[in-house]
Amino acid sequence: MLSAILVMSGLAVVLGGVLGWAAIRFRVEEDPLVEKIDAILPQTQCGQCGYPGCKPYAEAIAKGEADINRCPPGGEEGIRRLAELLGVEPKPLGEGLTHKPKSVAVIDENLCIGCTLCIQACPVDAIVGAAKQMHTVVPELCTGCELCVQPCPVDCIHMEVIKENITTWKWRYPVLALKKVA
Amino acid sequence: MATGVVARRLYRFPGGVHPEGHKSVSTATPIAEMPLLPRYVVPLRQHIGEPASPVVQPGDRVLRGQLIGRPEGYVSVGVHAPTSGRVLAVEMRPVPHPSGLMDLCVVIEADGEDRAVEPTPLDWHRMDASALRNRLREMGLAGLGGAVFPSFIKLNPGAKRQIPILILNGAECEPWITCDDMLMRERASEILMGAQVMRHMLCAEEVLVGIEDNKPEALACMAEAAAGSDVEVVAVPTVYPGGGGKQLTYTLTGRVTPSKGLTTDVGVQVFNVGTAYSLYRAVHLGEPLVSRVVTVTGHVGSPRSLEVRLGSPIAEVIGAAGGALPGATGEVIGGPMMGFDLHDASAPVTKAVNCILVKNAEHFPPKPPPLPCIRCGECARACPAELQPYELYWYARHRDFGKTQSYSLFDCIECGCCSYVCPSHIPLVDFYRFAKSEIWAREREKQAADLARERHEFRSYRLAREKQEKAERLAKKASERLESGAVANDDPEAARKKAILAAAIERAKQARAAVQPKNVDDLPADKQREIDAIEARRQQHASAAQTSDT
Repeated sequence: MLSAILVMSGLAVVLGGVLGWAAIRFRVEEDPLVEKIDAILPQTQCGQCGYPGCKPYAEAIAKGEADINRCPPGGEEGIRRLAELLGVEPKPLGEGLTHKPKSVAVIDENLCIGCTLCIQACPVDAIVGAAKQMHTVVPELCTGCELCVQPCPVDCIHMEVIKENITTWKWRYPVLALKKVA
Repeated sequence: MATGVVARRLYRFPGGVHPEGHKSVSTATPIAEMPLLPRYVVPLRQHIGEPASPVVQPGDRVLRGQLIGRPEGYVSVGVHAPTSGRVLAVEMRPVPHPSGLMDLCVVIEADGEDRAVEPTPLDWHRMDASALRNRLREMGLAGLGGAVFPSFIKLNPGAKRQIPILILNGAECEPWITCDDMLMRERASEILMGAQVMRHMLCAEEVLVGIEDNKPEALACMAEAAAGSDVEVVAVPTVYPGGGGKQLTYTLTGRVTPSKGLTTDVGVQVFNVGTAYSLYRAVHLGEPLVSRVVTVTGHVGSPRSLEVRLGSPIAEVIGAAGGALPGATGEVIGGPMMGFDLHDASAPVTKAVNCILVKNAEHFPPKPPPLPCIRCGECARACPAELQPYELYWYARHRDFGKTQSYSLFDCIECGCCSYVCPSHIPLVDFYRFAKSEIWAREREKQAADLARERHEFRSYRLAREKQEKAERLAKKASERLESGAVANDDPEAARKKAILAAAIERAKQARAAVQPKNVDDLPADKQREIDAIEARRQQHASAAQTSDT
């Protein structure tokens, strides 16, 4: 009886020591949860959640400081996936936030005065141009965050909703006709 | 069986169905050429991959076979003018696509002369393989069986050259369609001449022609043309979808294409007979792909196959086959199993359009409402890809796309056998198409998000770096000034510069004082007095300000 207790507690001490050593030796620097949350966020970098980008918001969610319903570009689908990952109930989008269809910024090149303010505002460097030269948005890189719209002193930037074309068209969810009851 | 048809050990692929053929409806009359139309609408996206980019502008004159769309990117082929005339517009027009959306098209007004560019037959025996492929890419060659994949890519044997078997697909298993049947009956030797070029390009050892045994005339014609050569014309049993590339490969060779793989993984390349014919025209006659054979059948006056210029409005093509009869209920592009409903009959014939099927209530009754799945397993028995359609349906319906992929959704060839046999009339294939396009869309979104993340991170890094560099620069400057400040007084160069500066300031002051207002010469006495009074006041103010300052 005594030997059994000794063997078991001895094993527990040894294994505990090994685990403790491994935890220090093979420490993961980055919180993997942050990466997982960041992978779900749409990377619009719009700051509508109140954080200066998607990564800081992901970090805040991981720390439990922010709610999962603060990301309008991610929409319902994003909230559902975050809820699934974190094991919480999905909830509607936070107050004052609305999901908009994906758009791109377009600069009216006749009005642009070349002030570079939008270039400085763009979180993904999607606007090209130089001081006193016309600026233009590279539509493939634009995330539709709208951060460039407000700084423009001549209001020459507007958002255009991306229209469906043959390459981006999706087959619709099949609508099943209901059976007529007498 | 027709003479010359080779008997060969055949393999029976799993599943498949036997829908009614309706083939004889459109085989009574030979292929006729469509008369020239006044206007053609040529889409720039007629193939899988990147659309061609337009190289003509409104007002340009074009000849038949002239390049109007340049291939853009690797998976792309050229687009050519179907007749001579004038370009009216390059604009968005309806195209035959299940979405009913518009796409960029070149609108050409025919001048009625139908002049062609000088044809340049290719010396394919001596030409460099890569140069030959590039010519075919420019000439717009794409698979005419329905998938319209650029042919030049399929004709690349790869570095290992391990494609010993070339199969010509003349199975034409889909009901109603007879364009390949008619082509084989009438132009068998040309098809085989095209096949010889394919064989040369692929370095293939064996050429097999698979034709379903419900086409005895086509079998006989092809066997006659192949007599004396080592091309084997083989009759395969009539089972839908026996004309699927993977199914025909298995039937003829017993080689099983791996999941998510291509037939080239097992050393087989499959081409439609129509593609072989268009390759013959490109290589031997030097003509780019500007027309194809289209079956117009169903509820029309005289169902038949027509040789149609690409870009002909579908309504005109139906008109050339006697027009839709009263009671027509719409058009299907392709066959009843895999085709889709046409939204707008002004859409043109493209390289992908092999059949225009006019529906009526008798052959295409409205689908009964679907009932719940009873898990009878009929769909699994009919599936030629050996999938479990009821499981795929279940997960696709509940948008569990990860699970659909683990049930090999992308091995589904969308042949429609499962929907055909389903006793509950569930539109199964519609669910698979929905799931596939959702998965593709998510993949695109993920790529865009990854790019945005990468760019945002780089920008943050760049801003931090710039800030640090600026701080370092300023610190360096400040320390330099501090060092040089101590020795500035006895530096002769600095003293000299200072003197020059002081002299310049003094000169500027004198110049300013010397300038006299020009509108004050020859003033009347009263005006002069007024000015003097103002000047006196100004002096007074200036002296007062000076005293208050001190």
